[in-house]
Amino acid sequence: MSDHTTVVEAHHEVDYGPAWQGGDQPLKSGYGKLMMWYFLLSDAFTFSGFLIAYAALRFSSATWPEADFVFSTFPGGFHHMPLIFVTVMTFILILSSVTMVRAVQEGKEENQKGVVFWMGLTIIGGLAFLGCQAWEWNNLINEESVTLYTNPFSKYDADGVYINADGSEGETFKAGTGYIIHKHHGEWAPKKYKVTSGPEAGKVKSQVFGPREFGALFFIITGFHGFHVFSGVLFLLIILLNVVSGIYKKRKNGYEMVEKIGLYWHFVDLVWVFVFLVFYLL
Amino acid sequence: MAHLTYEESKKAVVKGLIFLGIITIVEVAIALLAKGHLIEGFHLNKTFYSILMAVFSMVKALFILGEFMHLKYESKGLRVGLAVPFILLLWGVIAFSHDGNSFQERRARSADQHPAEVPPVSEHHDVKHLPEH
Repeated sequence: MSDHTTVVEAHHEVDYGPAWQGGDQPLKSGYGKLMMWYFLLSDAFTFSGFLIAYAALRFSSATWPEADFVFSTFPGGFHHMPLIFVTVMTFILILSSVTMVRAVQEGKEENQKGVVFWMGLTIIGGLAFLGCQAWEWNNLINEESVTLYTNPFSKYDADGVYINADGSEGETFKAGTGYIIHKHHGEWAPKKYKVTSGPEAGKVKSQVFGPREFGALFFIITGFHGFHVFSGVLFLLIILLNVVSGIYKKRKNGYEMVEKIGLYWHFVDLVWVFVFLVFYLL
Repeated sequence: MAHLTYEESKKAVVKGLIFLGIITIVEVAIALLAKGHLIEGFHLNKTFYSILMAVFSMVKALFILGEFMHLKYESKGLRVGLAVPFILLLWGVIAFSHDGNSFQERRARSADQHPAEVPPVSEHHDVKHLPEH
């Protein structure tokens, strides 16, 4: 009985009947593939909404933390490695996109083993990316005390010199230098400094918090992207199980389902290009 | 890559990987150069740098769309149908960035003219003992 239904299914996929029977292909693309494209379009609108909000809020802030100062840590206790960790994350995502292309190609060749192998690598890539993001979030939240509402990262708008606890002058810094307010025993401990340039020269000031929008925008936008990666990994796993079960082999349509989930996976990589641009490069 | 044979498209994938990898490395290298990490005291002009990075990102995005997502080889109707909403969105980015900039200028101006009436830019209710902007 099950053989009978698969034959019907295969027949439906390959031999497209006249338009009145629903067999016509609009835009020369299969129904599922076309719907995936429209879903991705709507998803792109959501991301664009977030990124437009980011642009408007960032431009409306008098100051903004420098990405090369905020994102300069690397797992294993390394500091002063600006943007290196996020470059690794970007490479992981590009690699998993490339393995996905290979999986789709093997599907077109009806090579079941090849699809399983390359999809497996893609899933590993997705999990590796999620692991990196978990480390980054943990570092920001637990080590550097960034929350949705509090942002200890900012930068100086004038040159200055730090004032030590005993009142003597310490190291100097230039305008535009980034800083982070640390917590000591659960209490914020902003450093004191004397301004040495600009209209406020000579004034003694205390470090102030950066624009509070920074934390909310970072966690919501990278979190939304990470959620896409997470659900992408789940979908890839489901499709992989179907590939292993041989269901697509019987359909004989060049593993079209793998191609559809591939579109979603590349979209996640595509969004990362812009998240990488606005949060880490600019 | 539908027009290529299986062997050719396998090679095209490796080329795509190298292409995206090189662009990413160049992007990060320019970012470090622009912010003075590579040459002591050297900084790139901020506007020039931002436009350069946006162009690199667009090239990467169009490559992923065209080759990896096969959009280059889909029908014209599908390509146009997906591209048009994005051109409208691009305007959204420009318009709202401009708006944000205007908010900032107005806020700075009214802070100069009426210092007492303007609330601080960011308020941290949980850390009241600290000075604000």
